[in-house]
Amino acid sequence: MRKLVFAVACLLPLTAATAFAQGTLRIGMTASDIPLTTGQTDNGGEGQRFMGYTVYDALINWDLSSATKPSDLTPGLALSWALDPADTTKTKWIFKLRPDVKFHDGSTFTAESVVWNFDKLLKNESPQFDQRQSAQGKSRIPAVAGYRAIDPLTLEITTKTPDATLPYQVAWILMSSPANWEKLGKSWDAVAKAPSGTGAWKLASFVPRERAELIPNPAYWDKARVPKLEKLILIPLPEPNARVAALRSGQVDWIEAPSPDAVKSLTGAGFKIVTNAYPHNWTWHLSRAEGSPWNDIRVRKAANLAVDRAGMQELLQGLMIPAEGFFPPGHQWFGKPTFKVEYKPEEARKLLKEAGFTPEKPLVTKVLISPSGSGQMLPLPMNELIQQNLAEVGIKVDFEVVEWNQLINIWRAGAKDPSSRGGAAMNYSYFIQDPFTGFIRHLQCNLAPPAGTNWGLYCDPEMDKLFDQVRNTFDPKEQTATLQKIHEKYVNDALFLMVTHDVNARAMSPKVKGFVQAQNWFQDFSPITMDK
Amino acid sequence: MFIYALKRLVYVTPVALGVSVVCFLLVHLAPGDPLTSIMPIDATAQQQAEMRAAYGFDKPLPVQYGIWLWKVLHGDLGASIASGRPVISEVGRAVGNSLILASIATLIGFGFGAFFGFVAGYFRNSALDRAASIASILGVSVPHYWLGMVLVIVFSATLGWLPSTGAGPGGSTNWRPDFEHLRYIILPAITMSAIPMGIIARTLRALVADILSQDFVQALRAKGMGEWAVFKHVVRNAAPTALAVMGLQLGYLLGGSILIETVFAWPGTGFLLNTAIFQRDLPLLQGTILVLAMFFVTLNLIVDILQTMLDPRIQRG
Repeated sequence: MRKLVFAVACLLPLTAATAFAQGTLRIGMTASDIPLTTGQTDNGGEGQRFMGYTVYDALINWDLSSATKPSDLTPGLALSWALDPADTTKTKWIFKLRPDVKFHDGSTFTAESVVWNFDKLLKNESPQFDQRQSAQGKSRIPAVAGYRAIDPLTLEITTKTPDATLPYQVAWILMSSPANWEKLGKSWDAVAKAPSGTGAWKLASFVPRERAELIPNPAYWDKARVPKLEKLILIPLPEPNARVAALRSGQVDWIEAPSPDAVKSLTGAGFKIVTNAYPHNWTWHLSRAEGSPWNDIRVRKAANLAVDRAGMQELLQGLMIPAEGFFPPGHQWFGKPTFKVEYKPEEARKLLKEAGFTPEKPLVTKVLISPSGSGQMLPLPMNELIQQNLAEVGIKVDFEVVEWNQLINIWRAGAKDPSSRGGAAMNYSYFIQDPFTGFIRHLQCNLAPPAGTNWGLYCDPEMDKLFDQVRNTFDPKEQTATLQKIHEKYVNDALFLMVTHDVNARAMSPKVKGFVQAQNWFQDFSPITMDK
Repeated sequence: MFIYALKRLVYVTPVALGVSVVCFLLVHLAPGDPLTSIMPIDATAQQQAEMRAAYGFDKPLPVQYGIWLWKVLHGDLGASIASGRPVISEVGRAVGNSLILASIATLIGFGFGAFFGFVAGYFRNSALDRAASIASILGVSVPHYWLGMVLVIVFSATLGWLPSTGAGPGGSTNWRPDFEHLRYIILPAITMSAIPMGIIARTLRALVADILSQDFVQALRAKGMGEWAVFKHVVRNAAPTALAVMGLQLGYLLGGSILIETVFAWPGTGFLLNTAIFQRDLPLLQGTILVLAMFFVTLNLIVDILQTMLDPRIQRG
């Protein structure tokens, strides 16, 4: 018996070692630097994907385990969350936290850790307040009015008004270790070099602008998600051709966002192109300010019927999903709109004729576009194709091309602002992962600039009522039904020129195994292994 | 000589100050918000105002310039908005990498350029001349980012002989003079050397042809001097012009390498500038441009002083 115990004891470390020794995965990111490592990441969705949900957890995470259905929220550091039944104002939420969760530095995660992390983002006077993390996190939780620890495993969050979208907001906020910050002299710069989260991966080393090495956290609370790889290496490669060259020459095993014109050569050389639907769309955001031609529903519908999305798919080597609505087809919020977004130029011409326009006497309008930009796909050729399509039915479009960051500023300023230069629409790609980013921020009356990003100044009491309903519907099924109604109205009223959805393409070596591309901006790297 | 050097130094001061003003204004006059890249896309107006105040962008431009210049004079180029790290260390490392790349490219360009130039000059109107001339014209005419991509396709993607990106294994940004790191510099250096090679070759061809037609060469040959000895004379006469052209090329290589460094993800000043522009990282952009501009100002000052030391007539002029 003693011999058996000894033998098992000897074998244990070996088994543990082989469990993790499943190769190193090197990823070429599109970011030009390693995303901020302290907790709340920068570099948008990519930062959160690679340095957020790897090293850290939120109270509520995204379920990234399935490729076949749109992902939804799942318990993270909180086991459950619900409105406080005793609170009639419906503004108090109780979060029951997961017990026995340790940060990478060995300290214990508690409700006090959450309070400390919220203070880090929201309270300028708190010692741990961090401007850089606050800049990334504060706007993600606009509903939060207060928070307190009731006991080590119970947290209360109060919202400004009843807001059923709070769980989606909380899913953005990542928990870093207060003990680690204390230990490192209360310096976020020091923490950046040796961060500590509760996530499935630990940051082993990190050289700015060069690389970050992540290793598995064998003590991760979700045993099913303990990484199988030995190491995950992140390399910033912002130039698309450099990324493709790095993959082809074997310097990396995986690249984000290969350009469509590289797809054929990559697949020909034996690389895999992995794609999936995800909550991202590429639209023309239409101005509804006074005098905008898009105030006429016939014009809006005509434009939607004039775009040859199949032709665009060919142009993009298949790397798109033709829009059938504002959300991708098959999404749980899609509903059953009656207006079919499809290519029917004859019908478009008919609608425009009713509105007083023909190809000979066209409607002339100006659209703001950018030559490049995050998520903008291939904006110039795509917009030129639409320009041609619209001209064929009686809409003559002039483009005002502005730099991407400038377009963001114009988007924030609103359609009436002089910076919009008389543009009656703007080409914008949207992250639409939750009710607020997907719907509310674009069209709620009181979110017109400067209060928010309702660029087109759309305002419809009926739509506002639906938005209020979303915020006041705490039953997930009922909330989904309301979101479907909203989407139906988005499509039936042709509120945007709905063109396409990106497919989150990534190219990888055939050695990469086990990756499940979730229908989400974020991905799970835990199940991946590398073939020898 | 000391007084002359001192005078030149005094003359350089307003130039440097002017450069700093242009540097500061250029990036501020560009459209867009300097904090766009780090602000969440749908940040409220209040959050935007808070951020601007936190980074000092809410102050009037002259005040911002004053604060910035004061810090620059104390060796502080500020912190990168995107990374939070000191700009001086980011730029320092990038300048080092660019210098290494430019120097190796210069050596290759000079070596091949001189070879083609002498061959073409010595064997004018022969097949050798035409071949060397075609090579040098191609060097000047071919877009170097395109050449870079062709080299990557051939030597990295197809043959797999050389890496295509970075300065070392695993995306390393610190180049070291060993065999492994040498592999990473070959393709960008060859790409970068194409232009100086062409220019040197064209210049030397004309120069060698001119020298060969001069009387002293005829005299040397008439005296019975061997071709090798005549060649050494030609080299000695062509060297100063060739070196001057090469010196200019080195300067251009340092400042004009943005496309090549981007294609090869070479972590030099060009790549850093590209990154700073796309991230709209104003302090980094300002710091990089300022360091490069000051590098040229200093280079010019040194050249001025050296020229005067070699030829005192310049001082009198």
